[in-house]
Amino acid sequence: MPGKPLPDAEQLLAALTDQMRPTVGPDSGLIGIHTGGVWIAQRLHQALGLKVPCGSLDVSFYRDDYQKIGLHRDVKTSDIPFDVDGRDLILVDDVLYTGRTIRAAMNELFDYGRPASIRLATLVDRGGRELPIAAQFVGAVVDALPGQSIELTRTGEGRLTLVLHEDQP
Amino acid sequence: MWLDPANPQLDKNGELHHLLSIEGLPAEILWQILDTARSFVGVTQREVRKVPLLRGKAVFNLFFEPSTRTRTTFEIAAKRLSADVINLAINISSQTKGETVLDTVANLSAMQADMFVVRHAASGAPYLIARHVGADIHVINAGDGRHSHPTQGLLDMFAIRHYKKDFSALRVAIVGDVLHSRVARSQIHALTTLGCPEIRVIGPKTLLPSHVENLGVHVYHDMRQGLKDVDVVMMLRLQNERMEGPLLPSAQEFYKYYGLTEDKLAAAKPDAIVLHPGPMNRGVEIDSSVADGAQSVILPQVTFGIAIRMAVMSILAGK
Repeated sequence: MPGKPLPDAEQLLAALTDQMRPTVGPDSGLIGIHTGGVWIAQRLHQALGLKVPCGSLDVSFYRDDYQKIGLHRDVKTSDIPFDVDGRDLILVDDVLYTGRTIRAAMNELFDYGRPASIRLATLVDRGGRELPIAAQFVGAVVDALPGQSIELTRTGEGRLTLVLHEDQP
Repeated sequence: MWLDPANPQLDKNGELHHLLSIEGLPAEILWQILDTARSFVGVTQREVRKVPLLRGKAVFNLFFEPSTRTRTTFEIAAKRLSADVINLAINISSQTKGETVLDTVANLSAMQADMFVVRHAASGAPYLIARHVGADIHVINAGDGRHSHPTQGLLDMFAIRHYKKDFSALRVAIVGDVLHSRVARSQIHALTTLGCPEIRVIGPKTLLPSHVENLGVHVYHDMRQGLKDVDVVMMLRLQNERMEGPLLPSAQEFYKYYGLTEDKLAAAKPDAIVLHPGPMNRGVEIDSSVADGAQSVILPQVTFGIAIRMAVMSILAGK
């Protein structure tokens, strides 16, 4: 599939880490959204030296398009290895677009307990929101057309790269 | 709604529309169900053990034959998916007044059912229902006659995968009344499809189907030989009506030769696991010391059954 390069994901990750460092305490819970968000969350977790283990979410059971397109083929396991009650949480995703994934993620999180707060970190904000959701930490704002998708890929050595795809009609 | 005439559980895209039998399902669909179920195990360990996938859907448990465990775990599964569940024990209701199965189903469809979970003493009954329901309705076979019990077979596969990780090097023994067992048939098809290289069946000649070896299994009549070096022992229930019937001298006699005792289990690998679909006849097909022992995974099977049924329902309903 043809794709053209976007801003360097490793640089965006470094920028995101710098933004988060002043306000993200060691007891904060970092939760990546499968799959790209988990990669980023793991890197942020290491760079920020957080004490609490890193969590992961697969929002397939909470998506609002289930009735339309059915259950996602490759559902991953959600794993929140800490108590969310009263904790400051940061949701981490690779690309923020319509906001529907984040809505689903927040619904799922509340089935684990009542967090003190939830903030959102994203490597890329491509606009196009369909819900009143905003990220507190953003690596870069990127323009993409409605027919395009931005995907985060990871090499065997763990290097992150952004790729632009034209969606199949 | 076009469904494959040779395999009416698959739609034109080869996706699951009903779950009627493991026979005829490609490996990808079995893996999809097993993977999805793994994610649902996580859901059942949270503070809120519920997800909203089937909100507003009505699941009818249609049991023409009594069942406690299967019906209850289907009910729990549907409720954890946020569906409304209606339980019908048909033998004590309209069937006694003379209504046909299809009339019952037509009436329940008019009550806006989205899914039927069907248990029936006649082999093929869920197929009959599946052929006659509307395009939006899904049917799950919860056990039909001697034919099939696909969710039981799937939860057994889930348990084996959970404890043994990989099917490709396993030696599995299925023990007891294979002849009358819909569970055994589902297990054999599932194990074969998932790539298990050695399946054995162990039982007296009178309780093994003739030509069972045509299913690709190895036949044993002696427990110690059959259990030698196996990784998994899958016990079957000896149904009460068989215990004193013409196929067996007595339950005691059966226990002596085929009851799973610690002594016989010692022939298997030391880390072999023991499964049983329930309900167990202690002292007939299995000894209490084994049923309650360290190698038994019989109670985890029940818990896994909930996740498997959640997976099947959510894959079917999301279409």
